[in-house]
Amino acid sequence: MKHLTSIRELTKESAIALLDNAQQLSQVNDRDVKKLPALRGKTVVNLFFENSTRTRISFEIAAKRLSADVINFSAESSSVSKGESLKDTAQTLEALGADAIVIRHPLSGAPKNLAANDWISASVINAGDGSHEHPTQALLDALTMRQAIGSTTDLKGLRVLIVGDILHSRVARSNLLLLNLLGAEVEIAGPSSLIPEGIASLGATISNSFEDSLSKRPDAVMMLRVQKERMQGDYFTSPQEYSANWALDSERLAMLSSDAMILHPGPMNRGFEISSEAADDSRSKVLQQVSNGVAVRMAVLYGCLSGGQA
Amino acid sequence: MSQRVVLDGADIDRALKRISHEVLEANEGAKDIVLLGIPTRGKHLAQRVARILASIDPAFENQVGVLDITMYRDDATSTERVIRTTEIPDGGINDKVVVLVDDVLFSGRTVRAALDAITDYGRPRQVKLAVLVDRGHRELPIRADFVGKNLPTAKTERVKVQLSESDQVDQVVIYQ
Repeated sequence: MKHLTSIRELTKESAIALLDNAQQLSQVNDRDVKKLPALRGKTVVNLFFENSTRTRISFEIAAKRLSADVINFSAESSSVSKGESLKDTAQTLEALGADAIVIRHPLSGAPKNLAANDWISASVINAGDGSHEHPTQALLDALTMRQAIGSTTDLKGLRVLIVGDILHSRVARSNLLLLNLLGAEVEIAGPSSLIPEGIASLGATISNSFEDSLSKRPDAVMMLRVQKERMQGDYFTSPQEYSANWALDSERLAMLSSDAMILHPGPMNRGFEISSEAADDSRSKVLQQVSNGVAVRMAVLYGCLSGGQA
Repeated sequence: MSQRVVLDGADIDRALKRISHEVLEANEGAKDIVLLGIPTRGKHLAQRVARILASIDPAFENQVGVLDITMYRDDATSTERVIRTTEIPDGGINDKVVVLVDDVLFSGRTVRAALDAITDYGRPRQVKLAVLVDRGHRELPIRADFVGKNLPTAKTERVKVQLSESDQVDQVVIYQ
């Protein structure tokens, strides 16, 4: 694996191998010395054209746990605001010695563009591009689900309900692809204005009622953040109306089976798409998702930076 | 490719028994001994040695674990490898006598990586090395304290330890 720009680059076998490595690497978090020497001498650049403290920190910790050097490059404060192109930025970073570029970009396809063109020889890892994909988020969600059901292989037969703003959600898109690859059954639910056309073809049933979906007793409920920053125009009448129909509130929480899991990619809008009660429920895996994020990103960085490339 | 069996099941049993006795002799008993097997076959061998130690000396506290060295290799990024579990026994390794157990001692690079890995888990009083087969051709200044069988080989030959836990048969084979 040289790059990871999309879940589509993975096979079922390579996804499971990646999750296996991540599972082993999650042990490092329990050690006194939380560091492995595997990527000593490698340089990882976090190239972020969009604000994201969580994902950036997660990648930074992951790289540091593997002894790589990390440089954080935030676009607002850089030459990009002076008009430098993505190609020039990436080539400059490589000339400075970057072995891997972790990129977050508001434009869908920017990481792929960087990886597929012959501009640089460094590895490219997608940390979220527009409303396209966020592959490491899907992998950490899958790892969390595997741990919850005690699986060491795939997620065959697991029924996952994804709720909310599917239209703007790269998390939902990557999850749909990976969950299908791993044999899970996915249902998506949300206001019709936030469900993109053709999404069913990625492998999902579509529901227009949270209650209907919950009555089918899903094994996992993944609540998506409502991404106000990506919404131009009216997608729903009011936040109150959205919450009334699509929030995981106490009544809907009561419909969940006792061994179901609640996931949320964070940051949570408490009281909007998820109630505090649900967020703090014993079935909530939110913090486990965060720590699994570090393990998954370690596995991805190790995978991309090993394999005989310079 | 020709192959030659150099140790059979009974030879392996005898070698492990002798190694177990030597471990106890060198340590003057089983006090503080922690066995750490290097995956995958060193792990099986460590478990076998633990069973033998327990049968010889009841003072042995069955402190046996697994030490994966994948991320400590000096060629960690040459190919993408499967990372295995590390299990440090409950008592930890601080001030203990750690006996590393592996199947074949060859270049010594695995052992060097293991020594680095041990440092990240604690500070043992002593670290010793037990191997079923020493085939020579060291690339680092490392030697074993307990050796089941010294096996002179050509560098181009391949030595494969097969154990019933993973290979359905107990034997050591040289491939040419």
